[in-house]
Amino acid sequence: MKIEAKGLDFTALNEMIKSSDGDCEINGCLGQRFIADGLGNGKVVINGIPGNALGAYLNGAEITVRGNAQDAVGDTMNDGKIVIHGSIGDTAGYAMRGGEIYVENNAGYRAGIHMKEYKGKKPVIVIGGRTGSFLGEYQAGGLIIVLGRNSDGKPTVGNFPCTGMHGGKMVIRGSVEDIRFPQQVTLRDATADDMAEIMPFLKNYCNYFDFDINELTEEKFTVITPDSRKPYKQMYVAN
Amino acid sequence: MKKEGEIRIPSGCAVSAVISRDGNVMTGENIIKSMLPMHDRSNGLGGGFAGYGIYPEYRDFYAFHIFFDSNDSRVDCERFLKENFEIVKAESVPIRKIPEITDVPYIWRYFVAPFASVLSRLQLDEKTYVARTVMDINTRIKGAYVFSSGKNMGCFKAVGFPEDVGRFYRLEEYEGYSWTAHGRYPTNTPGWWGGAHPFSLLDFSVVHNGEISSYDANRRYIEMFGYKCTLQTDTEVITYIADYLLRRQELSLKETASVIAAPFWSTIDGMDEKEAEEHAFLRKMYSSLLITGPFSIILGFEGGLMALNDRLKLRSMVTAEKDDKVYIASEEAAIRAMEPNAENIYSPAGGEPVIIKVKEGAY
Repeated sequence: MKIEAKGLDFTALNEMIKSSDGDCEINGCLGQRFIADGLGNGKVVINGIPGNALGAYLNGAEITVRGNAQDAVGDTMNDGKIVIHGSIGDTAGYAMRGGEIYVENNAGYRAGIHMKEYKGKKPVIVIGGRTGSFLGEYQAGGLIIVLGRNSDGKPTVGNFPCTGMHGGKMVIRGSVEDIRFPQQVTLRDATADDMAEIMPFLKNYCNYFDFDINELTEEKFTVITPDSRKPYKQMYVAN
Repeated sequence: MKKEGEIRIPSGCAVSAVISRDGNVMTGENIIKSMLPMHDRSNGLGGGFAGYGIYPEYRDFYAFHIFFDSNDSRVDCERFLKENFEIVKAESVPIRKIPEITDVPYIWRYFVAPFASVLSRLQLDEKTYVARTVMDINTRIKGAYVFSSGKNMGCFKAVGFPEDVGRFYRLEEYEGYSWTAHGRYPTNTPGWWGGAHPFSLLDFSVVHNGEISSYDANRRYIEMFGYKCTLQTDTEVITYIADYLLRRQELSLKETASVIAAPFWSTIDGMDEKEAEEHAFLRKMYSSLLITGPFSIILGFEGGLMALNDRLKLRSMVTAEKDDKVYIASEEAAIRAMEPNAENIYSPAGGEPVIIKVKEGAY
C-alpha cells in the first residue's frame, strides 16, 4: 500500500500504517513523529524525512528510510529492524532493548544511550560513519558497532564516549588512538571470537548499503567493555 | 491571570532561520512554512519572528516595536519618547484579524533617533542610550513593553502557534535578507505576548529552545551592568549577555560562543597551547556568563546569524545550504519545508558555533 504523507499529522499517518495489512511505502514524509511506533510486523519504507522517535517501541516490523532520520530513532525499541540510508540525529536507540538499527552514515550525540539486554534479547546498532559525543552513555547491554567510514576527516567518535558504561560491548573500526575513554572501561583488539560475533551484522550492513565486506574487515577492530575491577565507586559519594 | 514575570511554572520549543549570504531578500512566507512540520514542538502559547533588512527606507532610525496594555500607556510612553527622541514615524503595526490570535494588545512601532543634545548632555553613545531607554520603558512605564529596538530589523511575536503569528503580522508583506523563527512551549512562565521569542535588544535577537539552569547566576552578574531582567525567562538573559559581550566587551562571535558554551577543562587540556590559553582566559574572565543546561539558540544581528548549542548538546540543531542561502532549524524536516533540495546537512557539535555573515556591502 502506498501512503501520501503530505499534509497528514502523525496520528493520521500512523493509523494508515497500522491499517495497511503488512507492507506500506510512505511518500512525501516530512517530520511526522512516532512513525510505526510499536509495530509488530510488516515492512515500512519511508521516502522523505521522518520525524523524531521513528520506530519507538518497535516490536518486530522492519523500517527502511531512503534519506536521513532525526532524533531518537528506535527509542525503547524491542524487536525488528531499522535501516537508514543516510544519517541520523541524536539519541539513536535510546534505552533500546532488542532489535537492530543500521545507519549508512553518521549518528549524532548519545547514540545507544542506556541500551540494555536480558537473556536472549540483545540490541545492536551499526553506524557506518562517525558519531557525536557521549556514544554509549550509560550503556547497560547490547552491541554498538562504529565503522568510521566518514570522509569528512572528523574523528570516528566525539568526546566522552562510554560515560557511565556498565554493560554490553562496543566495537570500533580503525584507529582509536585519539579517542579518550573513561577509566571504567577496557580496550582490546578484537579476537577471532569477537569478529565471529559481529560478522553477521557487518554482512547485513554491507548488504543494505552495497559495500564490500572484505574492504570493511581489512582494518583493525577494537572492543571496549566495562571493567568490573574499576567500578563507579566514589564518583558521587564516598561509598 | 498573573502576567509574565509574576509567576514561575517549573521547556520544548522549535527554532529555525534562513539567511542569504548575498543579501538577497525574501518575504516572511518561507520561514513561516518551516514551522509547520515542527507544530508539535509548540503548544500555542507563543510564536515569533525576527526579520533583518525589512525597513530599508528607515534604515538610519531605531525601529521600536512596543506592546501597550491600554491607550493611557501609549500616551505616557509617547510623552517620554518625544522628550528625548526625534520620531519620524509612528503607526500601529499592520495586523490581520484572525480567530487564532486573541487578546491582542495595542501594537505600535516608532522610527526614532535620539536627540544629539540628549546624548551630549548624558555623554553617552547612541546605542548605550537606546538600550537604557528600552530598559527604562520596560521597567518604569506601566503597561508598555518594547520588544524590538534595532535598526532595519524587527521582531514580531504573539501568543499563538508560530504559523498563525506569522499570518497575523502579515509577514508576507516584508522582505528581509535574514529571518529567524520560534515556536514556544513555555515551561517556567505562563506565556504572555512579551515573553514570546525572539527576545531582542538593539539589533540582537535570540530564539531559543531549551531551559538554562544558570539563569539566576547569569542574571545576578548581568544586572550589575544595567540590564534589567523583568520576565523571569531565560532567553531574556541570553539576549543581554550577547549584547554585553559583543557590543560592550567587543568580543568576537567565536569568543562569545566560548564564554557561554565554554568547553570542559578536560577538553581544554587536550587543545594546543595557544588555543587552550584563549579558552582558559575566557572561562576565567567571564565565569559568571557560562550558560549551563540545555539550549539551542539562533542569535540574529545586523548582517548575520550565529547558531549555537549548549556544550553537552542537550537540544537538537541542524544546518544546511543551498546556493546563497544557509538554513538552520531544530529539525531537518523544517529545513526541507523551506528548501526540499537543501544540501550539506550538518549537525553542529555542542558548543560549536555556526556563524554566517552576509557579504560586506550587501545589506
